[in-house]
Amino acid sequence: MRRKSISYAKWGYIFIIPFFVAFIMFNLIPLISTFKNSFYEYYFIQGYKQVGPNWVGLDNYSELFKAENDLMKYFGNTFIIWLLGFIPQIFFSLLFASWFTDLRMKLKTGAYKIIFYLPNVIMAAAMGMLFFTLFSQSGPINSIYKSITGSTEPIMFFEHVWTQRGIIALINFLMWFGNTTIMLMAAINGIDPSLYESAQIDGANPTQTFWRITIPLIRPILLYVLITSLIGGLQMFDVPQIVANGGSAVDNTSMTVVVYLNKYLSVSKNYGMAGALSVILFIVAAVLSMVIFFLTTERDTKKKKKKGGRK
Amino acid sequence: MAAPVDAVGAKSNSTNILVRRIISYTVLTIFAFLALFPFFLLIIQMTRSSADINQGFKPIPGGSFGENFKTVMNNNNWRMLKALRNSFIVSGLTAFLSTYFSALTAYAIHVYDFKLRKFLFTFILMIMMVPAQVSALGFVNLMNDMGLKNSYIPLILPSIAAPATFFFMKQYMESSLPLDIVEAARIDGSGEFRTFNSLILPILKPAIAVQAIFTFVSSWNNFFIPALLIDDPDKRTLPIVIQIIRSADLASLDLGAVYVAIGISIVPVAIVYLVLSKFIIRGIALGAVKG
Repeated sequence: MRRKSISYAKWGYIFIIPFFVAFIMFNLIPLISTFKNSFYEYYFIQGYKQVGPNWVGLDNYSELFKAENDLMKYFGNTFIIWLLGFIPQIFFSLLFASWFTDLRMKLKTGAYKIIFYLPNVIMAAAMGMLFFTLFSQSGPINSIYKSITGSTEPIMFFEHVWTQRGIIALINFLMWFGNTTIMLMAAINGIDPSLYESAQIDGANPTQTFWRITIPLIRPILLYVLITSLIGGLQMFDVPQIVANGGSAVDNTSMTVVVYLNKYLSVSKNYGMAGALSVILFIVAAVLSMVIFFLTTERDTKKKKKKGGRK
Repeated sequence: MAAPVDAVGAKSNSTNILVRRIISYTVLTIFAFLALFPFFLLIIQMTRSSADINQGFKPIPGGSFGENFKTVMNNNNWRMLKALRNSFIVSGLTAFLSTYFSALTAYAIHVYDFKLRKFLFTFILMIMMVPAQVSALGFVNLMNDMGLKNSYIPLILPSIAAPATFFFMKQYMESSLPLDIVEAARIDGSGEFRTFNSLILPILKPAIAVQAIFTFVSSWNNFFIPALLIDDPDKRTLPIVIQIIRSADLASLDLGAVYVAIGISIVPVAIVYLVLSKFIIRGIALGAVKG
């Protein structure tokens, strides 16, 4: 009320200019141009001779969904590799988060949290390269394996479908379980401790409090973790690109959607197809994001209702 | 917390807890070992000569680190030293621009009352989830058209619009930036822009530090877009060099040098992380509660 004489609103607009100029220039215009490209025939023969752009309507999309282009297989690969990493990730993260926050055990957690989170800050491409060398035919893992089992034949990890996928999933797991543990810990710490105290008085054991109190109360965060992980999994690129050498190793069984997109962008330079694939990715990510959006806004309104008069 | 209330009997309960603690510590230690094992192997291999590595693995460090390091530095295909420098420049500038302008934007939305404020806040939240790869095609083509191939501008300037950093800053301001301070500065005759730079930024220091680290790390590790834009060997960043190393036949390479090259990409970030880890872990939890 006091500042009726001077309006500061214009400063609000001035301060957001850099952010929105950068957004429009580097995100919005490229996004629109990507969408536009998806309706054109536009590629380079051997990377040099330009064909198009010619308007072709939805041809790129129908081309992409043709069986010989294997798009569904690549979506399947992405999903399988994501799932292989996510199942142990959510299991152990929940377990560790509940241990770390257990009021009766009172564990010393500092060092574990630091170590568990470490792989997350490491360059994914370097992690991929490291695991590729460690698991290679004459690498240390095979060396240890041979000395333990007495076998003379090394395991060819990168020549079999499931070992290769398994290694990619293992890297994803190692990179993300610490992050998820800390997220879930924060969620569990947000639960009113008196709930646990009264459960304890009523004679509930740790398993019961975990399933009856912890899980129901952190369900929104669990869903959030699930969906952000799914969106992250959809974008999986660095690790499969390095480990499976551009996705092509072992009959494309570790080719993910974004590795496939990268092929159109950098190898075959087919911008029409790349555009159509980008739009499909956008739609899938948008649907998943909508779920999060409604989830979090629903939580906020619930919170507001609960807090009522406070502030 | 109050002392545990026992309905059954204190003794059986305390042995029960002891057993659970032992199990927990054992499992946690196994996982800590699992998380560190690849890096342990890396450090060992970095110190062994290529001939030695080919003989099989021994968990004893060798004496060839200096030699391997020299081989890496002299490898004209990789140009590791340049890549290291380039990665530092790109990540450092990205961290600076991203945190400064995201803080400025968050401040604008937090403090000023303007018509589009609510809409823009929701809008930024929505764009937070759009994967960067989706607009990569248009982005790379636009940058090529502008003659910015092999330039660092496309790797640095887009970070001015960082929705996640913005969101974190906004949350931090809600908990620790009272609007009275802004009012007081106005009464003292401070201009709006000066208020932000000399009064608000110092208050935001903890949040800025956390976000600067995260942005630095994610830029350091960024692979997809740089690989599409940089093909000048002198301009490459580290992940691109990793890709170059991977695309060669492993058997034809000096393995000691390969491990050292991986180590060079990993170690600077790992050291920064370990030094600041307590701070960083707190930062993740801070962002998580709001999830």
